[in-house]
Amino acid sequence: MSVQFTFDGRPLTAESGQTVGAALLAAGVQSWRTTRFGGRPRGLFCGIGVCFDCLVTVNGEPNVRACLTPIADGDAVTTQAGDGRG
Amino acid sequence: MAAAATAAEQGLRVALIDSGRQLGGQYFRHPAPGLNAPWIAHLHHGWSRFERLATRVETSHRIAVLFERQVWAIEPGFNVLTDRGPIAARNVILATGSYERVVPFPGWDLPGVFTAGGAQALLKGNLVLPGRRVVVAGTGPLLLPVAAGLSVAGANVLGLFEANRVRGYAKHPVPLLKNPAKFLEGVDFARQLLRARVPLRSGRMVVEAQGTDNLEAVVIAHSDGSNRRRIECDALAIGYGLAPQIDLGLTLGCENKLLSDGTVALRVDRSQRTSIRGCYAVGETAGIAGVECSLVEGEIAGLAVAGASPGGPLTPRRDRLRGFADVLRTQHPVPAAWRDHLTPDTLICRCEEVPARAVAEAVEDLGATDARTVKLLTRAGMGWCQGRVCGYAVACLARRDPAEPASAADLLAAAKRPLARPVRLSVLTELDQRNK
Ligand SMILES: Cc1cc2nc3c(=O)[nH]c(=O)nc-3n(C[C@H](O)[C@H](O)[C@H](O)COP(=O)(O)OP(=O)(O)OC[C@H]3O[C@@H](n4cnc5c(N)ncnc54)[C@H](O)[C@@H]3O)c2cc1C
Ligand code: FES
Repeated sequence: MSVQFTFDGRPLTAESGQTVGAALLAAGVQSWRTTRFGGRPRGLFCGIGVCFDCLVTVNGEPNVRACLTPIADGDAVTTQAGDGRG
Repeated sequence: MAAAATAAEQGLRVALIDSGRQLGGQYFRHPAPGLNAPWIAHLHHGWSRFERLATRVETSHRIAVLFERQVWAIEPGFNVLTDRGPIAARNVILATGSYERVVPFPGWDLPGVFTAGGAQALLKGNLVLPGRRVVVAGTGPLLLPVAAGLSVAGANVLGLFEANRVRGYAKHPVPLLKNPAKFLEGVDFARQLLRARVPLRSGRMVVEAQGTDNLEAVVIAHSDGSNRRRIECDALAIGYGLAPQIDLGLTLGCENKLLSDGTVALRVDRSQRTSIRGCYAVGETAGIAGVECSLVEGEIAGLAVAGASPGGPLTPRRDRLRGFADVLRTQHPVPAAWRDHLTPDTLICRCEEVPARAVAEAVEDLGATDARTVKLLTRAGMGWCQGRVCGYAVACLARRDPAEPASAADLLAAAKRPLARPVRLSVLTELDQRNK
């Protein structure tokens, strides 16, 4: 079953049961966060919830681990800058 | 799973707590129902074993399976603190598995660089490839199934680069001959890769990842930096072995031991008992030894916790598998030369963005001689991951002389953290209220 979600406003499709990170990668997106000090792009690294590199904002909630969180229909995923608290 | 099923069959009531959303842990990670691919059957060896075990767990009325609960600490006695409230238990069996060890190299923070196990988790759990053109590198037995899995799922695996020379196995014939199935499994993966025309090279490591905002290429070389070769790729799966995830045991005060590969594991007796009465440790927490050993030790602990003696073939099997794991460990050390390839700008701590330059300053100019001081001076290891990613590297770099191995105290410091998982402040406050 496929689910619809957006990444920075862009409509994308994923398979239900995939994580946010997997859904983004499958859609060709490799990074969705910029670091606090260097502003460097980050995406998945450890893939199992250990490294916290994959933090992203989902439906306005920052610091969600993309590698663990399942994607849901209608999710609005946005790039997280720094700690995501603006 | 094995421990829970066995203990329940002995008549005990069991809570099986997992932060994940399904049974299976890392090895038997599988996609959510509904996700499918034609090559899925090739990803798992021994799937029917998992199904039998899952049935034992799911049909038992004595087991409560609690998914999506993170245990962040265990208090003596035992009070198991989870992010959804505490659970009281007379005994605990720690089976928290492992996480992957990666050492820094220039460009390792570029998106497109994954841990080898992370690439495998992405594939096994989501049926998504980390990239189209993938390089697999590092050291250890995990690299073989990772490369084979990626290849069977349709990635173009441009090469598997094992940092250590693999000839040393011949020096340890006994554990190898006692475990023919384990050894042949590796040979089988290697054959699969050769058939898919994936180049297998040993004695080569990734010395640099290149790209602007994404990985574009990796540089492979001998450990002394000679024979550099650039390979264009969009993903790198890299790992230098696994490290036991033992913070819960360490905060409880369980005795530990330093293993030959620089990892720290919980010390257990023949029945998987730790030094803390009522606390058991099985599988990777007692030292990395692979899924087979985790399953056997789970059975042993499940019997022991119920006061039954683990007779029959269980303990000899465990000993044989442990013997094999000890050989693997000696054959796949992290090549000490990783330090030589760092540049001053290479990040050591990814969370706090601490470059090698800052760590070198702390050691050479400010006189830090241990990992803790380096951490205080640079913030390396103080970020979200609490040093799980950079802990080993910092322990090594705290030695001014690269020839000296990291100290046992520093490696232990890297394994120990008061909270096993980040906890919301509200949970801590609640606990504080209760304790008043
Ligand atoms: C990312 C990764 C990928 C791997 N892939 C392979 C592979 O493809 N092939 C292979 O042969 N070996 C693989 N391994 C090694 C393999 O995982 C082990 O040999 C085997 O899974 C060990 O089983 P275990 O039960 O000891 O631990 P695991 O299978 O790791 O199980 C540990 C469980 O504990 C849970 N857990 C940990 N901490 C907490 C906590 N604080 N609170 C709640 N739950 C917690 C985890 O969610 C997990 O389900 C991989 C290891 C890793 C880290
Ligand atoms: S990729 Fe490491 S925590 Fe998500």
